[in-house]
Amino acid sequence: MAGNLWKPYSRVPLLGWFFGALVAVTLERLAGAPLAQFLGLQKIPVLFGFSDMLKTPVSIPNVLLYLLAVYVVPAAAVTRLGASPANGIAAALYRFPMAVTAAVHLALLYAVLHVWAGASDYRVLVLRLTLIAVMLTLSLNVINGYMGEFSCSHPGFMALGAYCASVLTIGLFVDAELFGAASLSPALGRFLFPVALVLGGLLASFGGLFVAIPSFRTRGDYLAIISLAFLFIVKSLIENLEFVRGPRGLSGQPDWADLPTVFLWTVLCVWSVNNFVRSTIGKALNAVRDNEMAADAMTVDTRKTKIAAFLFGAFWAGVAGGLFAHVMRYVNPGNFGIQNLAEVLAMVYFGGLNSVYGSIVGAVSISLLGEALRPLEIFKWIIIPLLLILVMIFRPTGLIAFRDLDVASLLKPKANPGEGG
Amino acid sequence: MTLPVLQVRNLSHDFGGLRAVRGYNLEIGSGQIRGLIGPNGAGKTTIFNLITGIYKPSEGEIFLGGKKIDGLPPHRIASLGVSRTFQNLLLWRHMTVLEHVKMARYSKIRYGWLGAFFGTSARHREEAGIEETALHLLDRMGIRHLADQVVLNLPYGAQRRVEIARALATEPGILLLDEPTAGMNPEELAQIMEIIRRVHGEFGMSILLIEHRMKVVMELCETVQTLDFGAVIAEGTPGEIQNNPRVIDAYLGRERAE
Repeated sequence: MAGNLWKPYSRVPLLGWFFGALVAVTLERLAGAPLAQFLGLQKIPVLFGFSDMLKTPVSIPNVLLYLLAVYVVPAAAVTRLGASPANGIAAALYRFPMAVTAAVHLALLYAVLHVWAGASDYRVLVLRLTLIAVMLTLSLNVINGYMGEFSCSHPGFMALGAYCASVLTIGLFVDAELFGAASLSPALGRFLFPVALVLGGLLASFGGLFVAIPSFRTRGDYLAIISLAFLFIVKSLIENLEFVRGPRGLSGQPDWADLPTVFLWTVLCVWSVNNFVRSTIGKALNAVRDNEMAADAMTVDTRKTKIAAFLFGAFWAGVAGGLFAHVMRYVNPGNFGIQNLAEVLAMVYFGGLNSVYGSIVGAVSISLLGEALRPLEIFKWIIIPLLLILVMIFRPTGLIAFRDLDVASLLKPKANPGEGG
Repeated sequence: MTLPVLQVRNLSHDFGGLRAVRGYNLEIGSGQIRGLIGPNGAGKTTIFNLITGIYKPSEGEIFLGGKKIDGLPPHRIASLGVSRTFQNLLLWRHMTVLEHVKMARYSKIRYGWLGAFFGTSARHREEAGIEETALHLLDRMGIRHLADQVVLNLPYGAQRRVEIARALATEPGILLLDEPTAGMNPEELAQIMEIIRRVHGEFGMSILLIEHRMKVVMELCETVQTLDFGAVIAEGTPGEIQNNPRVIDAYLGRERAE
């Protein structure tokens, strides 16, 4: 029965799902508020109603009704009915170069996110932090999943990127007491912001060298300890640097990390990581992980491979850190500690090692779960670890491990437009 | 006279106080198959590890086509043209058969890091070429139909073929095979011997073979060295080796009652 219901959906192309989602979120913007009022809810459920349901369990039926009426039914109906035209459009798009096809899909995805997030500032914030979490998870997966080294230094790389980008933007474009008057016009800053992020990423890459070089000779537990030490060194270094105000933290970053900016950087990160890990040069990471001696014997330069993985992973962690600083508009060394490390590691191992899909799923589900379960307060930290333990028992390598993300097959039409229906 | 493909001069290696290889010499001409036999612990695999750069020799020199290669890192030696298989099958357990063979083209890749990160068209062209070469090799080894399988799921004989295909993909001047028939049943044994003959015949490959089964050595090798306690105790054609009393003593065991 369920199989029969699902069957028509197996022939819906990605484009069709995006159309369905777009209709649902547009409907919410148009009719969400009155509907919520009608159902006796104070306001529209911000994050799929989780917090409302947890706070006032009496409202559960009404929230579910709202979700059904706003998201599930419209999206399902549009996706189902639109499958055939969607396949037609997808087939037409597929004849263009892959870059064009991908850009159209991304634009549609962005439209969905934009309309959905437009309903409240809270949604915009959660969405940006989730996208940053995707970047972090993916970059850590390059080192821990694809190369199989247990690195704990990721928050350190993130801190380097966050502070470097913050110092640049505050110092150059903001009249701050710390660095004096702005030396460049803030209007210019919008365009130079990517440069600041990249410089932050490069500084993080440089930091990555200090973990990559020991990794030539050690691996496993010992490298984990070395990388943990690196994290503490970075943290205490920043705590003791007076020119970035030490433990009091840096504030006043310009508000440049808006949703489109974060979205674009995330796309860039996913795209380049996916390119890398699917190339033969990138697969060398797997060869080093599975058997280093065999990799060496098959002409793979294992040292260069390890350095590349660390520098590349650290770079994206640094960029993510820079974006994080400009989303929060305040950072202090406490942001980049063990707690942060535990969260990123949980996302990587929950979602799945050696997999771009897995990183996205892990980052999104743990971030959203963290927000959704907020009303439970301290119990949140019992439920999420419990979930992690369950995943580790039933799928030891994570939910979606060892799966390649093939963009071409993802965007392909699922049926010939002629026979679709 | 042409240069030998591989020349080893007076090679010695110590593990702490133990001299595992002493004064080992070898010269392999183009297209020759040489055998290396000896009891367990005689130092056969150590010699392979010395030639491929996993260990640095305590004494002695190694030349590949006249170029000195001892002291170079293993991946450099491999890309210069020494390829090998391993006694206990060192495959990459999460990778497919095709990925194994493509990986061995690593040192030939020209598109660089930028190509890897940004997926340039040069990269796509080169990757397509690599894939074609790899599929061709799999074809020659008779395992093309397994290209998309993860190696862990394959039967033992097929895994051995993957290892040989992978070793050939580096375009070696010489192939070192470390007990390629270990743990095989008679059927698999016949197939792998056929493969080795084909590699020798079609690719004109020079081969150095470590082997325990006398049958294989007798059928495949032109000359054989016998190693005992790190030193060569006999060298000659398979027939001569088989009848050499010192070899029988050390390796085949004392058959005649005293």
